[in-house]
Amino acid sequence: MIRFENVSKVYARGARPALDDVDLEVERGEFVFLVGASGSGKSTFLRLVLREERPTAGRVFVAGKDLSTLSTWKVPHLRRQIGAVFQDFRLLPNKTVFENVAFALQVIGKPKHHILTTVPDTLELVGLGGKEKRRPHELSGGEQQRVAVARAFVNRPPILLADEPTGNLDPTTSVGIMRLLDRINRTGTTVVMATHDDEIVDQMRKRVIELDSGQMVRDQSRGVYGSDR
Amino acid sequence: MRLQFILSELGIGLRRNLSMTVSVILVTFVSLTFVGAAGLLQIQVDQMKDDWYDRVEVSIFLCPDQSEQPTCAAGEASEEQIEAIGEELRGEALEPYVQQVYFESKDDAYEAFQERFADEWWAEGVTADQLQASYRVALVDPEQYQVVSDVFTGRQGVEVVRDQRQVIEPLILVLNRASLVAAGLAAIMLLSAVLLITTTIRLSAMSRRRETGIMRLVGASNLFIQLPFMLEGAIAATIGAALAVAGLWFGVTYLVQDWLAQSVQFVPYIGTDAVWQIAPLLVAVAILLAAISSVVTLSRYTKV
Ligand SMILES: Nc1ncnc2c1ncn2[C@@H]1O[C@H](COP(=O)(O)OP(=O)(O)OP(=O)(O)O)[C@@H](O)[C@H]1O
Ligand SMILES: [Mg+2]
Repeated sequence: MIRFENVSKVYARGARPALDDVDLEVERGEFVFLVGASGSGKSTFLRLVLREERPTAGRVFVAGKDLSTLSTWKVPHLRRQIGAVFQDFRLLPNKTVFENVAFALQVIGKPKHHILTTVPDTLELVGLGGKEKRRPHELSGGEQQRVAVARAFVNRPPILLADEPTGNLDPTTSVGIMRLLDRINRTGTTVVMATHDDEIVDQMRKRVIELDSGQMVRDQSRGVYGSDR
Repeated sequence: MRLQFILSELGIGLRRNLSMTVSVILVTFVSLTFVGAAGLLQIQVDQMKDDWYDRVEVSIFLCPDQSEQPTCAAGEASEEQIEAIGEELRGEALEPYVQQVYFESKDDAYEAFQERFADEWWAEGVTADQLQASYRVALVDPEQYQVVSDVFTGRQGVEVVRDQRQVIEPLILVLNRASLVAAGLAAIMLLSAVLLITTTIRLSAMSRRRETGIMRLVGASNLFIQLPFMLEGAIAATIGAALAVAGLWFGVTYLVQDWLAQSVQFVPYIGTDAVWQIAPLLVAVAILLAAISSVVTLSRYTKV
């Protein structure tokens, strides 16, 4: 589903590479944790998948497409196959929960009847049934992140990327979000999650890829957060 | 869904930057009014040239009954004098210069006069005898006026030789200059319009960065993301153009037709149809302005 072939990323000429010769493959339906110290290149990895950045060297394949040869006007189509969730939720403050989720479908031109059936289903799935009319500031952090997950997943993308989705949440709430991501993963969606949250990684026992200064130093199935702890 | 959504985004954008939108409307209004004024002046000049240049000719006015010119001391020009002038005009010496000659008798002059001033109360009392006969000479090259003038000025029976261009040229020159000044001001105003529209679109794009960021993330197409901003600029500019057209219409109706046409009558004035003639041009310029500004701004602020 996602394949990196000797990918390096150098942001500024002469700077230390943010990713250094990373070579890996994520299969369809896998759940992968991306761990590593701050600045190790996790977000860079995810941005390369979204084609928000382009690699300095090597090639990135997503959903069977070589992103280095993907023309700019096809990038939106790529992104419709990828859902993304971030630490800061990125919701629209003056839209309701329903509108926030519907927004993702509206802007890719989905018909109204499709939106009216899919959005409530998805809100139900993430456990927000009955809170459609609330605005983001009327929700807890965990609930806001559920809205963000709903928005990322409402178009049923085959890939879901999450960049520290529990970074702003307390442990109990984080567990709830992880259950949700796990459930989404069980529907066949490939999930890649960058995180600092050792408890969660240790609990979930999924594949763990560890980056250190841009280099992949560990790729362990059913792994834990830190091999050296 | 798409259209409805774009329209609602558009409405939000227009309202969010209301004061900027208003200033874009005003700047395009003023700049396009100058563009339009330059255009109208040019149409006016062309119309005057069309109307006059065909008719531009050297007129050799023959002595009327009671003229104070020394060459007319003998009274009204005699048949022989008139004949002689006619023959010389058609003769070999002047052939290279003269294209066409016709003789306007007093009766002809009277007819032309009545036709021209048909509606004027003061024209009624004029009789053919009060007018004067003349030779009308169309020149091969209108610049060669002096040749004809030299031959006939001071001759017995000729009151005066007059080149019509001498009357018209200064007026056309003034109008041409005015048209240039208007065009120059228009250029400056258009530049400031582009800058202002650019700023407006940029502000609008920045104030909606959150939305556009999410749009890009979930895979909205570039056009879809940028269209509301483009329309925002285009709509404001088009309203400005509409105001400019309205302004020019009022200008032509009240200034040119109601006032100028009453006070300076020999000029063939443009009408409001000229305004409609340049209206599409103004709208096109407005849309072009908005398009240039959008392309310049959006490529930088809402990139994939
Ligand atoms: N846009 C950018 N321009 C220049 N350098 C960047 C840019 N984004 C990231 N970097 C650099 O690349 C390196 C990796 O950054 P990245 O954001 O991928 O790390 P991360 O693992 O996500 O860190 P964190 O856990 O703190 O989020 C860092 O050294 C960072 O300074
Ligand atoms: Mg990061």
